[in-house]
Amino acid sequence: MRRFIPHILLAAGAAVMLLPFYWMILTSIRTPAEIFDISLWPVPDRFNGVENYGQAATSVPIARFMLNGVIVCSGILFVQVLTAVPAAYALAKLRFPGRRILMALVIAALCVPMQALALPLFVGLAQANLLNTYFAQMAPFFLSVFAIFLFRQSFRSYPDEIIEAARMDGFSEMEICWGLVLRGSLPSLAAFAIFSVVAHWNDLYWPMIVVSDTALAPPPLGMLLFSDAETGANYGALMAGATMITAPMIVCFVLARRHFIAGITMTGVK
Amino acid sequence: MTIAIGHTARSRIVTRGLLFALPAILLMAVIYIIPVIVLMGFSLTDYSLGALNWRFVGLQNFVAAFKDPVFLRSLTNTALYAAIVIPAGVFLGLGVALLVHGRKASRGFWETAYFLPVTATLVAMATVWQFLLHPSLGPVNAAIKWFGFDPVSFLGNPALLIPTMALIGVWQILGFNMVLFLAGLTAIPQDLHEAARMDGARNPIDRFLTVTWPMLGPTTLFVVVTTSISAFKVFETVAVLTKGRSGSETLLYALYLEGFEYSNTGYAAALTLIFLAIVLILSIGQTVRMDRKVHY
Repeated sequence: MRRFIPHILLAAGAAVMLLPFYWMILTSIRTPAEIFDISLWPVPDRFNGVENYGQAATSVPIARFMLNGVIVCSGILFVQVLTAVPAAYALAKLRFPGRRILMALVIAALCVPMQALALPLFVGLAQANLLNTYFAQMAPFFLSVFAIFLFRQSFRSYPDEIIEAARMDGFSEMEICWGLVLRGSLPSLAAFAIFSVVAHWNDLYWPMIVVSDTALAPPPLGMLLFSDAETGANYGALMAGATMITAPMIVCFVLARRHFIAGITMTGVK
Repeated sequence: MTIAIGHTARSRIVTRGLLFALPAILLMAVIYIIPVIVLMGFSLTDYSLGALNWRFVGLQNFVAAFKDPVFLRSLTNTALYAAIVIPAGVFLGLGVALLVHGRKASRGFWETAYFLPVTATLVAMATVWQFLLHPSLGPVNAAIKWFGFDPVSFLGNPALLIPTMALIGVWQILGFNMVLFLAGLTAIPQDLHEAARMDGARNPIDRFLTVTWPMLGPTTLFVVVTTSISAFKVFETVAVLTKGRSGSETLLYALYLEGFEYSNTGYAAALTLIFLAIVLILSIGQTVRMDRKVHY
């Protein structure tokens, strides 16, 4: 009997952890009438999923929010990798004046949360008339000091001999950086990509500041506007919207659990 | 370097180095350095976005902040939120990690179940919680009534707003802390448990207190620091559930209102610097831990 105690405790805890997900999916396939019955029974009287999801995807543009999320997240990730990889390579393998200062700045910047920079960045973007653009949503994240830090740690272990040999063979420094050294750090790249996409798919603070146009809203901001507008009138569609917004991250997480946990908790090893 | 390289090659590498780091250096200036300087400048003025005139007011914004009932309330609210989330998030995370650590076959399942809230979009999940805790439509109150108690108005009673949001905060961060503790537990050599058993620590609780808990010291410190930093950054749940009504503003939400809703740029800059100071003080523990790894 005693060996079952941990399982019973874990199951009780997991029931609480998973209850919101269960309730969200259950409500998203129920008819408005059944929602008022409050039962945890998994099979709805009448499957209303098509109506609820259809309404969330069309009358509220959840599909549009998700497209915005894809555009913003991929744009951010692309520029982050493009700027962080050469900088990390330079910090790890090249000598140049100011290298120590740059490294010190990277470590100092790691401690500064984005919310502390939001005000001056917002004023700058407002003066430049760039509010309500995809650019404004992405720009503050173009430099990831965390990516520089992580890639530098990873690149340092790449053997100098191979780099020297490649130089002798006439490889350009660009080819060495992107073709050889980065290829040796693909697990770090994968982990960082997950970390970055999850963080920006879920972020509300910055979009709330720079976006007021619904057509440009990323999923969390769209969800907020949706739930404010509905105020309980249609829980089925609201939960269908919540399911659609959380689904991409959850599906990816369940499929690649190890990578996901490594990516999101990477801050733990820094 | 094993192979000697000539002077031209060396200077080539120097230029390459600068060239490679240049995009990052420029972005560092535009995204971090200039904004921090501008922020400090703003905090000494009464500038408000769009206004044509502004004047230098010295430290008046900071003085005003500590007399501002809304800001002070947001500080106490955030402190109360942190006082619930930090101990509950850390100890429940540790408890779950200890239970999951012993599992072999089912470990992946439990990890998934407890980690799911970390990946889920908090804004969407806060909306689900709002529904779960609904006084008449939510299953939580249905269960409370079934046990014969009066329904609890989690999001109606002003005194319960911060504790309710803190519970959602614990729900969200628990899995993250569990994973950090699991990594810490895996790093403890098995021999130490054996040695403790030999020395008479037969009871699992004795072994936990003599081996596991001391060995987890650095991990625990790190978990406490990350949990407190995220507790002080609470924003999404407030934006979804209360919008600061009935005096439930948190630090970041008060800052958001001043800076971006009311456009009191100068005053909001001062609040931002106070927020930054709190986060930096909290991350000192992290830096110390990075510098000299705690050993027992």
